[in-house]
Amino acid sequence: MCGIVGIINTDGHRIDGSHIQEAIRIQRDRGNGLGGGFAVYGAYPENRDKYAFHIMYEGDRHNPAVSAVEDYLQSRANVYQSEQIPVYPNDRIPRGPYFKRYFLKPIEEFLSPQQTEEDYIVEIVMHINSMQDAFVVSSGKDVGVFKGMGYPEDIADYFRIEDYQGYMWVAHNRFPTNTPGWWGGAHPFTILDKTVVHNGEITSYGTNVRWLEMNGYQCLLQTDTEVISYIYDKLTRRDGLSKRDACYVMAPALWEEIDRRGDEKDRYLRQIYGTAIVNGPFGIVLTHRDGAIVLNDRNKLRPVVCAQVGNTYYASSEECSIRFLSPEVDRIWSPRGGEPVMIDMLEGYKEAV
Amino acid sequence: MNGMENNWKTIPAFHPEFDIERCDYKNGCSICSKECSFGEISMHPVKDDDGEVRYRPRANLTACNSCQRCVKMCPEGAIHIEFQPMHTSHGYWTSDYASNIWRQAGDEGGVLLVGNGATGPQKRYFDHIMFDACQVTNPSIDPLREPMEIRRYLGRKPAQYGEEIGPQLKLDVPIMFGAMSFGAVNKRVQEAEARATKDVGTYWNTGEGGFFKDLRIYGENTIVQVASGRFGVSEDYLKSAAAVEIKIGQGAKPGIGGHLPGEKVLKAISETRMIPEGSDALSPAPHHDIYSIEDLRQLIYAIKEAMEYKVPVSVKIAAVHNVAPIVSGVARAGADIIAIDGFRGGTGATPLQIRQSTGIPIELAISAADTRLREEGIRDTVSLVASGGIMCSSDVLKAICLGADAVYIGTPVLVALGCGLCQRCFSGKCAYGITTNKPGLAERIDVEQATQALKNLLHAWGEEMKELMGSMGISAIEALRSNRDRLRGVGLNEEELRILEIKHAGA
Repeated sequence: MCGIVGIINTDGHRIDGSHIQEAIRIQRDRGNGLGGGFAVYGAYPENRDKYAFHIMYEGDRHNPAVSAVEDYLQSRANVYQSEQIPVYPNDRIPRGPYFKRYFLKPIEEFLSPQQTEEDYIVEIVMHINSMQDAFVVSSGKDVGVFKGMGYPEDIADYFRIEDYQGYMWVAHNRFPTNTPGWWGGAHPFTILDKTVVHNGEITSYGTNVRWLEMNGYQCLLQTDTEVISYIYDKLTRRDGLSKRDACYVMAPALWEEIDRRGDEKDRYLRQIYGTAIVNGPFGIVLTHRDGAIVLNDRNKLRPVVCAQVGNTYYASSEECSIRFLSPEVDRIWSPRGGEPVMIDMLEGYKEAV
Repeated sequence: MNGMENNWKTIPAFHPEFDIERCDYKNGCSICSKECSFGEISMHPVKDDDGEVRYRPRANLTACNSCQRCVKMCPEGAIHIEFQPMHTSHGYWTSDYASNIWRQAGDEGGVLLVGNGATGPQKRYFDHIMFDACQVTNPSIDPLREPMEIRRYLGRKPAQYGEEIGPQLKLDVPIMFGAMSFGAVNKRVQEAEARATKDVGTYWNTGEGGFFKDLRIYGENTIVQVASGRFGVSEDYLKSAAAVEIKIGQGAKPGIGGHLPGEKVLKAISETRMIPEGSDALSPAPHHDIYSIEDLRQLIYAIKEAMEYKVPVSVKIAAVHNVAPIVSGVARAGADIIAIDGFRGGTGATPLQIRQSTGIPIELAISAADTRLREEGIRDTVSLVASGGIMCSSDVLKAICLGADAVYIGTPVLVALGCGLCQRCFSGKCAYGITTNKPGLAERIDVEQATQALKNLLHAWGEEMKELMGSMGISAIEALRSNRDRLRGVGLNEEELRILEIKHAGA
């Protein structure tokens, strides 16, 4: 069990983090204090052209990992800015690891032929994650993730997320069942600008992880969420599938239905991406710079409710969070299992930001 | 033999015992002696208490293999089989080893032949692997309420999205019937296999004995084999099938060929195998045009060319020590499907020493092969089929979790048709009419009944697999392929766990 809230202003209107903090607070009993976190899109408009790396270091700033990572970053990228992420210890969260953020661009000459800039960044992320005591919390342009051990509303205070503004926010309240709770294991999980918050337990984990590893991903966190975001990244960015097709691969139609419809493309997708199918109960909100996707497992074994108020969309594990944010809604519905809800930012939102 | 008494070597370990109180001999019943195809039971005249002389069944103590045919056919339930091994008092020399030597030193001499798969005490890894089940944190799925999918497609998948997919075999149940040739089994058995696989939606395999003309209407559910003897191979033969399998090796006899004795090469067999009647059908140990991996590649592509790339080409190998690199090589040589046959795999005839001592368990082989293909990034270019020692539906699922896409079963097919596992398949005397073409015996297979039995088997295993999947929270079988995380080992050492890529129970 876990709790999820997502807020998307498709017109690019930015709001501060206090709203989502309160919305996730009322889902407190969906977590157990072993993990909470937030992702914010539109956090760094002045550095929008650079990759924003949030990096967590075990211990404090004297950990040799800090200089090891920074040496590595300097050798691989142009780092334009680096700073400590401000934290505000309180009674409930008196201490935590050391957080820094970096704004960087790849050194173009270092890109190997056919390698895209994003491939290169993913390589850097994978490398740092395999280093001692360091962990990349987020790595996308204009995106920031704040997460840790504790209830999400306390994590929000620890990072003072009300000081950040964004057009899209997601929050997660964790009740870990498989992997131990730790700062890096909290959600959201991101790669580049793709972020996943997830409620569920993926029974296909072993299959998915092996497929990802074969394709060059290292799944070091042993969380379901990591796996989902990598699958989505592999399908959309590497293989060029549409968002719809990527969702379809993760939660495909029954063979019987494919036979009935005679849909050869759907058959093809399921045939070639069989080991990317995600089984077991899940409700996920997957966000990227241009929108969000809400997806349930095929059997709808986890709750997700969606709602719309004008240009604003909500997704939540429980309706109460949506009603808290907006008692009146234009539309509210519970998406069917396996059928993705895709919310796209409006044309031209970037200019409006 | 130089005046040596040979009687002691021929005393069989088994013999039938008759409960004469129950026996219906007084009414002239002699079913047991007619059913025994090995000549163990004959009817002997005995004077009864009332002075009448009647024929009673008697064990001849010469030929019983405990096939249990008489036991099953006796209408009165008056027969049981006594197991009477020749005990040695020696702790090391068991009766098996001693009696083999007695047989070889005696008239029998030569290479000891047996049927069925290896019987040795090697660990059955399937029994040391347990499934996971959902409790609290995720719900199990009830197959009675929710759809459960066990369909698999076998064949090459493109490395890149957008590229064309190779020809695929569609399996509605991820279980195929392994190669059993016409000659090893009879046409009735093959017809039952063909009809059952057609009805259920899977495939059977002709083995290397050719493809009987009458059965070619079932071609869509048939895999034809090209083996070292090339028996029955023609353009028509290849084109009549849904897939072609190149047989390099077999789990029960890795590295050696086959021999169908001339006595068994009757008219129908001679036509199907395309050899003269009465001639020995010898399959050489290697293919004489395959002495290396590049030769295999040429044959794979020769077949693909001949088939205009319309059907997948499978390569079957025995599970041997270097199975992982071999599989990698075969995948790179162009195979669309690779079948790996573990040392427990069955056969109609194999030298005893080969059967018992050559090859490795399928559980370790399939795991090592899957791991190797993933490490090399080519796992999706080929489908893996596991076989050799699969005895139940949970074995099938465990094989899939260890990296198989589907399985072949052979012995379970025979057992479903009545086989009593007496290991005398090569004798041509099969009392169940399975591994014989002898008139009077082969008719013991009723094609209708046999078809239904095989359909029942596939259906039952499919349902059991759905139950197991539901308990694990899996609704589509592709989510189990290589899913080692759903498995735990019990009583396995670190090296075994490493090769199987599973954790020990409790971890």
